Amino acid sequence: MDTLIFRTIAPYLASLMVLFSVFVLLRGHNEPGGGFIGGLIAASAFAIYGIACGVAPVRRALYFHPMAISGFGLLLSALSGAVSLFMDMPFLTGQWTEISVLGLPIDLSTVLFFDIGVYFVVVGSITSIALALEEREHA
Amino acid sequence: METILAATVAIFFAVSIYLILSKHIIRILLGVAIFSNAVNLTIFTAGRVVREVPPIIPVELDTPDRLTANPLPQALILTAIVISFSIFAFLLVLAFRAYQELGTDDTDGMRVAEPEGEDLPPLGY
Amino acid sequence: MAIEPGHAVDLSGAMVLAPTTPADWLVVGPVAIPIVTGAILLMARHETRLHASLAVVGLLATLLCNIGLLARVLDQGPLVMTMGRWLPPFGISFAADALGASLALVATLVAVVCAFFATADIGAVGRRYGFYPFMMLMMAGVGGSFLTGDIFNLYVWFEVFLISSFGLLVLGSQHRQLDGATKYAILNLVGTTLFLTATALLYGTFGTLNMADIARKADGVRESAPLTTLAVLYLLAFGMKAAAFPVNFWLPASYHTPRIVTAALFGGVLTKVGIYALLRTLVMLFPPELELLSGLIAWIAAATMVIGIMGALAQTDLRRVLGFVVISGVGVMLAGLALGTSEGLAGTVFYAFHSMIVMTALYLLAGVMNGLGGSYSLSKLSGLYATNPLVAAFALLLILAAAGLPPASGLWPKVMLVRASLDSGQPWLAFAILATGLLTTLALGRVFILAIWRPRVAAGPKVPASPLLGYVALTALSLPVVVMGLYPDPIIAVAERAADAILNAPAYIGTVFPEGAAQ
Repeated sequence: MDTLIFRTIAPYLASLMVLFSVFVLLRGHNEPGGGFIGGLIAASAFAIYGIACGVAPVRRALYFHPMAISGFGLLLSALSGAVSLFMDMPFLTGQWTEISVLGLPIDLSTVLFFDIGVYFVVVGSITSIALALEEREHA
Repeated sequence: METILAATVAIFFAVSIYLILSKHIIRILLGVAIFSNAVNLTIFTAGRVVREVPPIIPVELDTPDRLTANPLPQALILTAIVISFSIFAFLLVLAFRAYQELGTDDTDGMRVAEPEGEDLPPLGY
Repeated sequence: MAIEPGHAVDLSGAMVLAPTTPADWLVVGPVAIPIVTGAILLMARHETRLHASLAVVGLLATLLCNIGLLARVLDQGPLVMTMGRWLPPFGISFAADALGASLALVATLVAVVCAFFATADIGAVGRRYGFYPFMMLMMAGVGGSFLTGDIFNLYVWFEVFLISSFGLLVLGSQHRQLDGATKYAILNLVGTTLFLTATALLYGTFGTLNMADIARKADGVRESAPLTTLAVLYLLAFGMKAAAFPVNFWLPASYHTPRIVTAALFGGVLTKVGIYALLRTLVMLFPPELELLSGLIAWIAAATMVIGIMGALAQTDLRRVLGFVVISGVGVMLAGLALGTSEGLAGTVFYAFHSMIVMTALYLLAGVMNGLGGSYSLSKLSGLYATNPLVAAFALLLILAAAGLPPASGLWPKVMLVRASLDSGQPWLAFAILATGLLTTLALGRVFILAIWRPRVAAGPKVPASPLLGYVALTALSLPVVVMGLYPDPIIAVAERAADAILNAPAYIGTVFPEGAAQ
């Protein structure tokens, strides 16, 4: 896929897809969407970037190893489930709170952090599989 | 509707078992992929098929106001799809590596781990 | 789900409103701790020197949690927690009874020793490829399988430890590993997919996936529902996982290919998860169907143990010998399931404790012998008694244990199983168990004679220093073997409690559904 058009457009397309994946992730709080599908969109963004520009630039752009991202997501999800320990409720019970940023009320919940964790797990694991397959292709 | 789905499931199972009985890894893998799809359809059918009534509770109510479709099979199938997708991806990579390294995708020819004509253990010393 | 102020909703119909205490969290710990440790290990993938200590610490914490859980279960009966505060059967329940808690404890004990042994066996490259994270996630899957109270969740945990075991199995990517892993992966995937098929039909029949809920509803639908079909499907699926004859050929094809510590962990733990699942489904959910199938299971049990050990007699590679010994142990455990009596099931549970520890120890011993003798082949190994008498001592003890001879732990479960089969009028099953014991003595006794007693046959590689780490690991596993052999009463009591927990389903149901257990 070494065409000029694709190589020029891929970084913009990939960044747009990552942005959209974050939108889908946050939208999943109350409407269709969520961490899993958002993570898939982000992972396909990295895969497209990898196809266009090679695997090394993707790894550089990600900075962290995909499996490390996956591990972070797993940790975040597990810990957000454990918050309810301090509220005398069972594992994975959602806890809600509302904070105010510059006068703007924002709902925060452990459910959201669980979903963000799922997002990172999916991004990390799917990207690592995709990059491994792309590396094999180029080698 | 259930009858049609049940027949489809039966065909899927038959096709997948036929493919899994093959000697070639790639056919076995195709069979496994169809196998998991057959199971997903089974879950879908087992959860009862209802026409378009999404299980959404109206804003002003606490419980649904009529009989709705069962959302649980969707969740089960989604989980099963994710799992079978990841295992299938792993299996494809594994089979590809095995083909590259062992030079065959014929299971009869894959005798590296259990070589033919191995010595029997010594009978004494 | 933010609740509008002023709009009061009666939550008692959907949620558990009673507060949970931190002690209730013991049931989640054996799963959550390995997951968190595994996640941290994944993040710290380059700090390979830290991996081993982190993993050992994580597993020790899991072990403590398991001890606490078992103590509490033995003291106060089953412990239940339903995720997210939803009322069962809508929420996914974790329910620990004596069976699940005790097996989880022994599995974690074995894993701690393996993680410790692996500090020497797995080098920086293996760690970089994720040996310890995979191991932690596999133990999370195993713990989840033992403790979950929901049958679909059981499937998910099966897949969690299956995927992690694939990762462990191909670690190193030698040709033989790829060969073994291909067969292991495909056949196990078919097995778990069969499990899912059975679960789909079960869901269609009962409309619920909570095992306590299924157990209490089974009598009501028995007239109209194909419960026998379900029981047979579960027998096939879990029999495949447990490596029961005739669906056991993936085990000898793969268990000798990975690193020895991986093989030790697999040989010790994984088949027992299959046995556990068989006990849980057939004994607790479908007792009348189990009675119908008991003749079939008895034949499967006898065939598994005798054919398994005859396979061991024909092998030269020490690890392949052990693979077949694992299979014959599965047959012995299935014998108790076939009998279905309290004593038979207690014998099965006790044998599962014994087999987890002894099989892991035997594989680790094989690793130590390979380190000293430079080979796994019985035609090359020799003269270890002269150079390392301590290895000979460990080998003798573990061989006695595996064969079911005193003073080691294998004697008592076999006594229980033989007595139970005589009591239920099946002397041939007792004969099969005893014959298997004799053949195991032959198969492993030959290993002892050839590898240890025989004078050195060849100028092998120079003898390295004594493997201190291996000795420590073997001591840690041999101690429980001797203790269970000499002082079996407390273990028998635990095994009887475990058998009672699945035979006496109403107690378990009553814990998951505190009100209206009878329905």
